[in-house]
Amino acid sequence: MLSSQLPALQVVIPLVAAPICVFFRNPRIAWLIALIASSLTFMVSIGLFLQVQQLGVISYEMGNWSPPWGIEYRVDNVNAYILLIVSSIGALVTAYAYPSLKREIDTNRHYLFWTSYLLCLTGLLGVTITGDAFNIFVFLEISSLSTYVLIALGKSRLALYAAFRYLILGTIGATFIVIGIGLLYLMTGTLNLYDLASRLGDMDLAQPQLAALAFLTVGISLKLALFPLHLWLPNAYAFAPSVATSFLAATATKVAVYLLLRFAYDVFGKSQIFSELPLGEVLLVLSIVAMFVASTVAIYQDDVKRMFAYSSVAQIGYITLGASFASQTALTASIVHLFNHAITKGAIFLLLGIVAFQIGQPTFTKIKGLGKKMPWTSFGMVLCGLSLIGVPGTAGFISKWYLILAVLERGWWWLAAMILASSLLAILYIWRFVETAYFVTDAEDNTIELGSKIPFSMATVTVLFVLACLFFGFHTEFSVDSASEAARVLLEYTRQ
Amino acid sequence: MSETSIFFSVLIPVIGALLIGASRKLPNIRETITLITAIFLFLFNAQYLPDILDGERPEFALMTIIPNVELLFSIEPLGLLFALVASSLWIINSIYSIGYMRANKEKNQTRFYVCFAIALSSTMGIAYAGNLITLFLFYEILTLCTYPLVTHHGTHEARHGGRIYLGILMSTSILFFLLAIGWTWLFTGTLEFTPNGIFNHEQLQTSIPLILMALYVFGVGKAAIMPFHRWLPAAMVAPTPVSALLHAVAVVKAGVFSIVKILVYVFGIANLETISGGSWLMYLAGFTIIAASVVALKSDNLKTRLAYSTISQLSYVILAVALFVPIAVMGAALHIVAHAFSKITLFFAAGAIYTASKKTKVSELNGIGKRMPITMIAFTIGALSLIGIPPAIGFLSKWYILSGAFDAQETFVVAVIIISTLLNAAYFLPIIYAAFFRTDDNSKNHGEAPTAIIIAMASTGILSIALFFFSDQIISLGYQIAPAY
Repeated sequence: MLSSQLPALQVVIPLVAAPICVFFRNPRIAWLIALIASSLTFMVSIGLFLQVQQLGVISYEMGNWSPPWGIEYRVDNVNAYILLIVSSIGALVTAYAYPSLKREIDTNRHYLFWTSYLLCLTGLLGVTITGDAFNIFVFLEISSLSTYVLIALGKSRLALYAAFRYLILGTIGATFIVIGIGLLYLMTGTLNLYDLASRLGDMDLAQPQLAALAFLTVGISLKLALFPLHLWLPNAYAFAPSVATSFLAATATKVAVYLLLRFAYDVFGKSQIFSELPLGEVLLVLSIVAMFVASTVAIYQDDVKRMFAYSSVAQIGYITLGASFASQTALTASIVHLFNHAITKGAIFLLLGIVAFQIGQPTFTKIKGLGKKMPWTSFGMVLCGLSLIGVPGTAGFISKWYLILAVLERGWWWLAAMILASSLLAILYIWRFVETAYFVTDAEDNTIELGSKIPFSMATVTVLFVLACLFFGFHTEFSVDSASEAARVLLEYTRQ
Repeated sequence: MSETSIFFSVLIPVIGALLIGASRKLPNIRETITLITAIFLFLFNAQYLPDILDGERPEFALMTIIPNVELLFSIEPLGLLFALVASSLWIINSIYSIGYMRANKEKNQTRFYVCFAIALSSTMGIAYAGNLITLFLFYEILTLCTYPLVTHHGTHEARHGGRIYLGILMSTSILFFLLAIGWTWLFTGTLEFTPNGIFNHEQLQTSIPLILMALYVFGVGKAAIMPFHRWLPAAMVAPTPVSALLHAVAVVKAGVFSIVKILVYVFGIANLETISGGSWLMYLAGFTIIAASVVALKSDNLKTRLAYSTISQLSYVILAVALFVPIAVMGAALHIVAHAFSKITLFFAAGAIYTASKKTKVSELNGIGKRMPITMIAFTIGALSLIGIPPAIGFLSKWYILSGAFDAQETFVVAVIIISTLLNAAYFLPIIYAAFFRTDDNSKNHGEAPTAIIIAMASTGILSIALFFFSDQIISLGYQIAPAY
């Protein structure tokens, strides 16, 4: 039966498609293969999502080796949601990509891009779906290594520097993660997450387990760009090709957040780490600092992509803030913001991709008068910007609402005030864009020379994303219900 | 009538906006559409009047946004009153806009009319909001869609004004208003506007309602209560039709309307009367009234003077409702109407003076009454109404607020009203005196403004007086907001 093989297909399809791209070096064929593969993975993830809704947890034994000896793929409400986010964005961004890549990368390198992209997708989906700790490390490395290539393919020579920087920091992160996993294996004798969770639950947290937790937390935090481990992110997002930025911004850090949730709530869930250890407090403080510092730094950027990259660091602060205290509302806020931020930032970078398609790397001096020259694109940016601020009627508002409720539930009104105050900083950097794009008093400043017409595929996908930012501000049945279901499951792990 | 139709009030201006956008190449058709939309919207709102007076309260939930919180619309007397005022004045203001925008050769007129229509749509959303989330949603949309109107000229000055406008309105709403809504939701488990409020007896004993009240009052920056009033003078860089309808009627009234609505339907007037500690609002409003009047007295720019006069008059509404007695709530509702008609007349006059003579300063108006008699007569009517002289609608609202003050035995309020009336006279009468009785100082030859402007100005001037004689329905609507108990 095909439907019982979905967990394997989720990873195998992009994995197999990747080398096929290398065989056909033709840019259009490579793109088609990537498009077909990512559309199929998207469908598979829909199938998995529906299966989980009906049947509950799906456990898949790789090669019929039964766990805990073999590798188990385990899909529950939490990762089914993440798989859906990652694969849907993958498919849509691929549909958008061809004209944009053609403008930004030499055509004889396209196949390299698509191979790395498919491997990256494989890695991200693999990390999310697998129930095996070492497998997580392997997939994480697959996704990281391919990400370095994706970034390095950027037009500017600074892309190489950005990729190298990420390579160094990413490798440190990966090393930390593998040390953490090794220590866990040493102490429990198992690598299966489910098994790990129950064995860790039976023992007291001794020094090695604590060390493992510490290594894992720091390693994962590097991957998810938690302040102050975010230094790789701004340059990487700024100098990667537009398509890669859109894909990575919307998915890569989200998968890392998922890992954090998985380890903190599931694997270490029964050890009461939130009540016994200061993990929650540390996350909380770092998140608050991220919200303020990264937003402030964003205000002073000259490169628009870099500005939104810093905004990502701040927004990740909201996500980790929600993850830092173990309550239903807070986790819902965190997970729903994973989704809402993915579509919002995805939309923003896709729009910036269109801008880059027309005028090259968007900087604040170049986009003067953009509102006149590219009215729809600029208007889209304003709408997505409002979603970043959290104006009602946009997806961002929903996340903010739950986050504030979660904080107020605890009686921490000062924190609620801080969250709201930090979103005022978002107004500042969004309005810097608005003023630059719309208020050109001096006609000579207006240097924009438009290239050609915006290709249909780019326009359609981008419009879809922008509309999604608005749609999920009003219809939250899917986004919030799935997130709160995921939050419930995560909290259940801590109680068993 | 089916209840889904409530939503059409929000929808009609949006459809109008789309049609306006579609006819951007044909100015005559574009302006006709604006006018037709405005008339249609007013008639649509007016049809609810008999039902509401009969005590019906239609309700319509469009969709569920988050579990248990819907996008909810409902019509109650205060909202209907506000919607009627805004939509009726939109008709007159559209006529005025046509004259003003063409005579002053403004750019980007299509954008202007589109944003204007959307602003009216969100005003309807605010007026008919059935819960706090719906109110907040349209409140924010109103801020955002009026931003391009404030910055219409695109100059450095406009951009600066826009920053203050957006900065204050967005910050207060996000920092305080949203926080208050979230807190209310956790505290009571509902966000719906309910007659007599949503707090139960035990909840009223805690200090939380008082904190919430402060958050709401400061969160609704559009009410321009000090110290969050600076955005209103800043918004005066906009073309005059914007200042007239939006910053004398729709936006600022949306502010005081929201506060009155929240005080009446979230807290409950009867509850507020029983719990002590709410009287600071009265003192704050009183302070704003006096302080803003003093600033108005000192400003030479006519529009700035009118803006500060607006700040002061808005706080009348707050002052009235802060008495927490039914008759004063009625006075507050009546003052929303009175101030709307009188102040829009004044702004129309200021715009007419600018269009005809390019004068913006009070000190330049010597003898202008001889050149522009209709304009200055309209100005006089508006000013006398705001001072509170019969037979103008402004007298009625002041009368009821005063009776409320006597009812509640608040000598502070009586004193504030008397002092501010004197101040009103002090900053309006010299203008009128100079216009009619001083001799013209060598200004260039000009007559009245274009006909469209004159028609609009004359209508609001006449209405300011006519409403004095035909105020029964407004008063009976007003009494239904907070029925005497």
